[in-house]
Amino acid sequence: MLKVQNKKNFINGVKDSVPVALAYLAVSFALGVSASNLGLKWFVTVIMSMTNLTSAGQQAGILIIAASGTVIEIIFTQLVINARYFLMSLSLSQRLDPKITLLERLLIAFGITDEIFAIAVSKKEYVTKWYMLGLISLPWLGWTSGTLLGVFMGDVLPTVIVSALSIAIYAMFISIVITALFNDVKILPVVIISAILSCVLYYVPIFAPLSEVSCVICGIVASVFGALMFPIKEEGEQNG
Amino acid sequence: MDKTLYSLILVAVMAIVTYIIRVTPFVFFRKKIKSRFIKSFLYYVPYAVLIAMTFPTVFSVTGNAITSIVGTVVAIVSALNKKTMMVVVALLAVIAVLLSEGILYII
Repeated sequence: MLKVQNKKNFINGVKDSVPVALAYLAVSFALGVSASNLGLKWFVTVIMSMTNLTSAGQQAGILIIAASGTVIEIIFTQLVINARYFLMSLSLSQRLDPKITLLERLLIAFGITDEIFAIAVSKKEYVTKWYMLGLISLPWLGWTSGTLLGVFMGDVLPTVIVSALSIAIYAMFISIVITALFNDVKILPVVIISAILSCVLYYVPIFAPLSEVSCVICGIVASVFGALMFPIKEEGEQNG
Repeated sequence: MDKTLYSLILVAVMAIVTYIIRVTPFVFFRKKIKSRFIKSFLYYVPYAVLIAMTFPTVFSVTGNAITSIVGTVVAIVSALNKKTMMVVVALLAVIAVLLSEGILYII
């Protein structure tokens, strides 16, 4: 019985990840193209995709490697660009099935990306180990094979298609937040503050140096506001 | 040092740093957090972060402001219908961008 349930969870994870895997195929394709144009060896780029699974971080990494940058430089840029994963893992750690062991957590942590996190937190119940593994597998495969194709095939996808596909991930994010709004309207002021602050950081020139950590800053400020103004109900507390 | 070997070392460093960022909260926050403030904070984090990543980047994501805004509006409007699945929202946004790119090309 349990095995049947595990299989079902895994398949549900794979199903939910299909749009992410397709988007990754396109994004990593572009990444592979730019890496080979910059002169990186094909296996360096592919190994990077297999072990990093992150778009912005890899784009920065490719530029640094192409310019023969230093280890310190690469550590610093990855820390800054990928700092948001810390916040995501922290949030997701509270939604993982408590039955998941430490060793399994070590495995799942590898696959936390913006999109995988977004889908996992859109689930109402705890997310199980098998669901997470299903959710991570296909996008990882898409990310790796897209990189491989990009490295060897170069610019075969018309730019019109690539640019149109680039909106898919943001449409997904919008869909997830609006669905959550239907269940809990308290989220609305929080996301409005986050959006306004994000626009301010983006458009006001003095904040330009913060661009890489902008979503972390906005996430923290807006969520602190939400926690102070509209704390969630404790278990057992009456609604209303 | 050999340039390829050095590249591979940098890739390994990248992977380790990125993994440490992802795994640290998973290892240190295994128990349920009791504080109501932190629980509330973590409840809002996903939505606040997702929206901050989306806006204002989404207005220029296709490389053209008009097609980006058309795609964004289509995504919002279609998501406002409760029954529309996430995949469909994403697909409609992509189609809207393609169509508006086509129209812009013609006129």
